[in-house]
Amino acid sequence: MDKELRIVGFLCNWCSYGGADTAGVGRFVQPTDLRIIRMPCSGRIDPLFVLKTLIGGADGVLVSGCHPRDCHYAEGNYYARRRLEVLKRFLPIIGIDPGRFEYTWVSASEGQRWQHVVTSFTNQIHALGPVQRIGRQSLAKACSLGTVLEPLA
Amino acid sequence: MKIGVFVCHCGSNIAGTVDVVQVAEAAKSMPEVAFAKDTMYACSEPGQQGIIDAIKEMGLDGAVVASCTPRMHGSTFMRTVARAGLNPYMFEMANIREHVSWIGKDKVANTRKAIDLVRMAVAKLAQNKPLYSQSFSINKRVMIIGGGVAGIQAALDCADGGLQVVLVEKTTTIGGKMAKLDKTFPTVDCSSCILGPRMVDVAQHPNITLHASAEVDEVFGYVGNYQVEVRKKATYVNWKTCTGCGACMEKCPSKKSKDPFNELIGTTTAINIPFPQAIPKRASIDRDSCIKFKTGKCGICAKVCPTKAIDYDQQDEMITEEVGAIIAATGFDLMDWHVYGQYGAGRYPDVITSLQYERMLSASGPTGGHIKRPSDKKEPKTIVFIQCVGSRDKSVGRPYCTGFCCMYTAKQAILTKDHIPDSESYVFYMDIRAPGKMYDEFTRRAMEEYGAKYIRGRVSMVYPQDGKMIVRGVDTLAGAQVEVEADLVVLAVGAEGAAGSAQLAEKLRISYDSYGFFMEGHPKLKPVETNTAGVYLAGCAQGPKDIPSSVAQGSAAAAKVLSLFSKDQLQSDPQVSKVDLKRCVGCMKCAITCPFGAIKETEVRGEIKAQVIETICQGCGICTSTCRQGAIQLQNFTDNQILAEVNALLSSETEEA
Ligand SMILES: Cc1cc2nc3c(=O)[nH]c(=O)nc-3n(C[C@H](O)[C@H](O)[C@H](O)COP(=O)(O)OP(=O)(O)OC[C@H]3O[C@@H](n4cnc5c(N)ncnc54)[C@H](O)[C@@H]3O)c2cc1C
Ligand code: SF4
Ligand code: SF4
Repeated sequence: MDKELRIVGFLCNWCSYGGADTAGVGRFVQPTDLRIIRMPCSGRIDPLFVLKTLIGGADGVLVSGCHPRDCHYAEGNYYARRRLEVLKRFLPIIGIDPGRFEYTWVSASEGQRWQHVVTSFTNQIHALGPVQRIGRQSLAKACSLGTVLEPLA
Repeated sequence: MKIGVFVCHCGSNIAGTVDVVQVAEAAKSMPEVAFAKDTMYACSEPGQQGIIDAIKEMGLDGAVVASCTPRMHGSTFMRTVARAGLNPYMFEMANIREHVSWIGKDKVANTRKAIDLVRMAVAKLAQNKPLYSQSFSINKRVMIIGGGVAGIQAALDCADGGLQVVLVEKTTTIGGKMAKLDKTFPTVDCSSCILGPRMVDVAQHPNITLHASAEVDEVFGYVGNYQVEVRKKATYVNWKTCTGCGACMEKCPSKKSKDPFNELIGTTTAINIPFPQAIPKRASIDRDSCIKFKTGKCGICAKVCPTKAIDYDQQDEMITEEVGAIIAATGFDLMDWHVYGQYGAGRYPDVITSLQYERMLSASGPTGGHIKRPSDKKEPKTIVFIQCVGSRDKSVGRPYCTGFCCMYTAKQAILTKDHIPDSESYVFYMDIRAPGKMYDEFTRRAMEEYGAKYIRGRVSMVYPQDGKMIVRGVDTLAGAQVEVEADLVVLAVGAEGAAGSAQLAEKLRISYDSYGFFMEGHPKLKPVETNTAGVYLAGCAQGPKDIPSSVAQGSAAAAKVLSLFSKDQLQSDPQVSKVDLKRCVGCMKCAITCPFGAIKETEVRGEIKAQVIETICQGCGICTSTCRQGAIQLQNFTDNQILAEVNALLSSETEEA
């Protein structure tokens, strides 16, 4: 595969993070691009995290939580599903290819499914190629236009 | 802040595909890092001591351990950090084993990834705050859901340990599958002789409240303080007055009711007590077969009942039980074997399930312990057992081994010879799995002493011909096709999670797999715990297992509850949400989204503000992503911390394009 790209994952601790662990324990080989951030619940994920990550230069963002109805906190993933679906539809409006963002459901037992999710999402991002990086200065300039784009650093 | 980074080799588990020395070296130049070192096994005694020594010597304020998953050793290292005198929450982990070294062999890419993960963990830790638990009181009652042998064992152990136990059983009697068995392997002792007395103990134990014909409707609360809504399903008999005399059963004219206890071979009366040793020994009416419910006429049972217990107008009753812990022991059901068209998919009466065969063998069963084939009630002479029906068969979506079928098939072959000495048994098997004390010896006895003919191979087809069932299969050891003319075919049908287990798991907020089995906290180290504090598992609900293992798990789960309740107060997990009063505008949106009712309204200098009740908050952070003011933040998972992780990852890359 060509040069590694920047892919960030926001994963629920109780299911998908565990699923990624299960994949590891089972030695299910995966591409190395993804960096996982552990979340207590997919319901903790603010859509702005995804936006800021993409605007900050990530080539792709993957969110994964527990299967609907199977939330450790009863209903967190319902909130997540609604928020993330709205976000996905909103991305093209602000000029971001919606293919750079996916959300999915993987349980702690689904190591093999996790391997598949990571592999296909990584391939999808490689097909889209790297995003055009916005340099620090241009970013600062853009940021002065509105608060949503508040700089990360 | 002075952060220490400890990069674990995990022997060669990590060091084999990650350059851990380079990771530690890179960590040294990360912001706030005052110390970084690789270590052979961070979790070992010397490994943990090394962390403690470094914290003390270098005066560190926090530690990052880059090793395995925090789900494995997060709490181990938090204790280490605490032993060094730091607050245990001044700690983060970078998962460079499960998420890096084990999933790829490219050492350069892995090392780069490990460095990134360490950098992210450091950036997060830099903003961690020390957190302190609060104590809260617990309700030392335990609910056990499912009254099979596993649930019974758990109930008795907890009750003997002095706890108040609430046992909830779906059917009208406890006992589960074991109550249906005739004899049990590997000793062939009588099932009801060993289970019966334990069932009686449950009924008579002063500490056990039994709700039979009941199911869990809803579960609220958290460890130490659960409220469970139990629905007691109408039985149309007042169980307070019913004495179990059985007069109603004798007179009930509707004698063709389905008999689920006898696995539908044979029938029962519309009002019935499932079997003589039932606990509680109480009658209930099957509405679907009751003439009174169908036509409005009859009412005979009400006339004959000496205690006037019949109540045709009875309604479901809701009860709220308050408990501090829950054990789920809902067992298993046989999978729906009708998907096997090649075995007749239920069309041939003389192809039956193993559990139906148990009922036939049982002296208290519908045939009085005489093996009779269902079609013509004749005694069969040639019996074919087919193993792995719905086990180890990907074609029907059942890749797993049920584990106990090899053993009970051997048992049934032995019992068949006992019942019908001039009979012949054939067993089609894939492999014999008998790993238990005296287990392999037992299967050998079936073959050598009782002459059961074992044929290694799958059966391709079963069909009727001239009053016989022709079983056609392959003998893979002889490399030949075989055909057996059988009088009766017994299918060793595989197990799946009990019907409704997925819905129950959702109520208990525990995970389950696609076969309806509940997921344990850790496949090796937490076999009876779940990921939800205060909820435990026992028996086949967790995965198929035989009676000895189910009983062992029942006792294990009880021991877990007893140790949980050995304290009067529990320590709350302090990783909870906190409201910044200056930012909170009192909209209370957070309170609406909080699944636990952990947020209440308070007034601060005349203004409405949100307040988190720390012992109730479970730390999901749903409120945090709801609050538009950023006022309520899940501690150590704050917006700033998550963005700091993102930033740590991306900033190294953001060059002018
Ligand atoms: C044909 C056959 C023969 C066997 N022979 C042997 C043998 O000889 N020796 C041996 O060691 N093992 C044998 N086994 C295995 C044995 O049956 C199991 O190990 C044992 O029954 C497991 O007990 P359990 O309590 O986990 O589950 P179960 O026996 O299934 O009990 C579960 C209980 O929970 C109840 N329940 C289910 N869902 C709910 C709910 N939502 N709410 C409330 N209650 C609920 C059920 O009604 C049931 O009473 C055999 C199994 C089969 C199928
Ligand atoms: S959502 Fe935010 S602003 Fe509204 S009450 Fe809760 S903490 Fe206060
Ligand atoms: S983190 Fe927020 S939403 Fe979750 S339990 Fe605590 S107060 Fe409720």
